[in-house]
Amino acid sequence: MYPDRHSATPRLLISPFIRAALGCAALLAAASLRAELKPGDAFPSLAAAQLAGGTVPATTGKIVVVDFWASWCGPCKVSFPALGKVAADYAARDVVVVGVSVDEKPEDYARFMKKFAPSFPALHDARQTLVRAVQVPTMPTTYILDRQGRVRAVHTGFHGATSDRRLRAEIESLLAEKS
Amino acid sequence: MKKIILLLVLTAAGLLAGGCAGPQFVRVQPWERGTLTDYTMRPDRAPLHTALAEHIYFSRESATGGRGVGGSGCGCN
Repeated sequence: MYPDRHSATPRLLISPFIRAALGCAALLAAASLRAELKPGDAFPSLAAAQLAGGTVPATTGKIVVVDFWASWCGPCKVSFPALGKVAADYAARDVVVVGVSVDEKPEDYARFMKKFAPSFPALHDARQTLVRAVQVPTMPTTYILDRQGRVRAVHTGFHGATSDRRLRAEIESLLAEKS
Repeated sequence: MKKIILLLVLTAAGLLAGGCAGPQFVRVQPWERGTLTDYTMRPDRAPLHTALAEHIYFSRESATGGRGVGGSGCGCN
């Protein structure tokens, strides 16, 4: 019996392959860690997000509608009157609407606020920390949170009356639940 | 043996490159598209240039139109 001269070599050669595979797995894991929020996930704290442009309204124990928008986003502008009406219609029923601007330039945010003057709190995520944590899939995206602060519905984009109808139906459904 | 090493290295590089090519790493995120929506990013922002380009295209191809996709790159909705 002769010793196999090649037996030790492949074991050594596997090492770069394993390293590469581990690197790839780490990249994929990092990617999955930054996944979008889905219904059932806990929404990050608005109060801790250091939003500029005003004070974050009290949201504890309330149904919260969080809308991510930007001054350069056309559908966001279209959605504002509808969201304003939702905010006004449900204000007395413990529903809070909060707009979160993702504008990179504070002057763009300020110009938009001056021009459109939304009737609900529209704050500025100046450092884009909240939007990065949430990983919004498109602009605009609206999250409906239940009284425990969990995401219950996600609306991507704004599609006029259809979006408005769905938003109201989901709010009504949450209001019908026992708190 | 060198071929095996090369094959393994290439496989590893391919896997790594595949991982890096995921949308999470290379996609311009939806909230980062402010610059892409700027007026200067519109392909038809200069009417004179558009007219000249259209004339040249017509002269060379005996065809016109096909430039109907307007707007810049917000990718909203």
